[in-house]
Amino acid sequence: MEFRKQKPIYLQIADRLMERVLAGELKEEDRVPSVRDVAEAMGVNPNTVMRTFEFLQSNEIINNRRGVGYFVSPDAKQKILAEQRREFLENDLPLIKQKMKILGIDPMELMS
Amino acid sequence: MIEIKNLDFSYKRTQVFSDISLTFEEGNIYGLLGENGVGKTTLLKLICGLQRPTSGSCTVDGVTSHLRLPSMLQRITFLPDEMSLPAGTTPQRYVDELRPFYPNFAQATFLHLMQEFEVEHDRKFKEMSFGQQKKSLIAAALSLGTDYVLLDEPTNGLDIPGKAQFRSILSKRVDERSTIIISTHQVKDVENLIDPIVILSNNAVLLDATVQRITEKLYFEYGGEKRDDALYSELMPGGYLNVAPNTTGEESQINIEGLFNAVLRNKNLVKELFNK
Repeated sequence: MEFRKQKPIYLQIADRLMERVLAGELKEEDRVPSVRDVAEAMGVNPNTVMRTFEFLQSNEIINNRRGVGYFVSPDAKQKILAEQRREFLENDLPLIKQKMKILGIDPMELMS
Repeated sequence: MIEIKNLDFSYKRTQVFSDISLTFEEGNIYGLLGENGVGKTTLLKLICGLQRPTSGSCTVDGVTSHLRLPSMLQRITFLPDEMSLPAGTTPQRYVDELRPFYPNFAQATFLHLMQEFEVEHDRKFKEMSFGQQKKSLIAAALSLGTDYVLLDEPTNGLDIPGKAQFRSILSKRVDERSTIIISTHQVKDVENLIDPIVILSNNAVLLDATVQRITEKLYFEYGGEKRDDALYSELMPGGYLNVAPNTTGEESQINIEGLFNAVLRNKNLVKELFNK
């Protein structure tokens, strides 16, 4: 499997936040750390983190309460899972299939 | 806002800038890149009024830099690469000397930054390592409370934890009022910190773009084969890094060294690509 792609940093940060939601570290309706806090913790440009938050907001994973901050949306977990399933089926699975073919691994082998 | 318009600058017979125009806007950490001798330090000096343009203008919020008005100077900090420190003094006494000129100086910020860098604020400079001196000056520069902060090779001499601390401190320090410009060769030290990126070359501005715009125009591919359409390729342990025109619109992770090499080797092509 060749990983030729490397996502832009703002999407890598989004992935990290989504993982935290899936792991239950950030629960639905929880307040998301501020742009500044995330930027400081990771040592990245705050404008990059702002882009992450805009991306997550447009995907309805977080929502902005004016003057208060960002919060995890009520159905964030489901949305993340649905998106990741789609991504796995469309991007990862074909590569895995191809690799298994090259290595001569029978899908039945994996079942046992 | 810093505005440079049609600026020419020469040192005696050596021309450094020929008709350059650039703006630096609030709320950003700019990265200023370029090969040795292209004028990165000179540009910083022009901005803070230490040099005077041969022709054209450089203004900070509309005020001409080289007039060196106190009202402008108190809003701008320049940390040069070469340090000249009174050896017998301490960081605390150093900022005490500076504070009358900077009405927004914050002692609490200074102490906090010194603590973060783990350097004692009342220790004499001569008893410090080069890196500790540098950390003290960065802490001083960032606690003067100026809207404009110009840093020339700030990560030179910092130890490994110091570089991460520097990134964290700066991402916390920048706000909607401030403009930070970092001139550097150590691009790995500031890889995810600087945005927009300005590249200088041969008396001119070769690139001036946000990371978003750069990744819209250029695609960075990691670990594949060498690509024919690449503007720059470099063999890395996991395969080739290719920097190619972005034809699909998909964004990738920027690699600033790769960007720099791609831009320098394809000056006209890059100009065309970014002017679209």
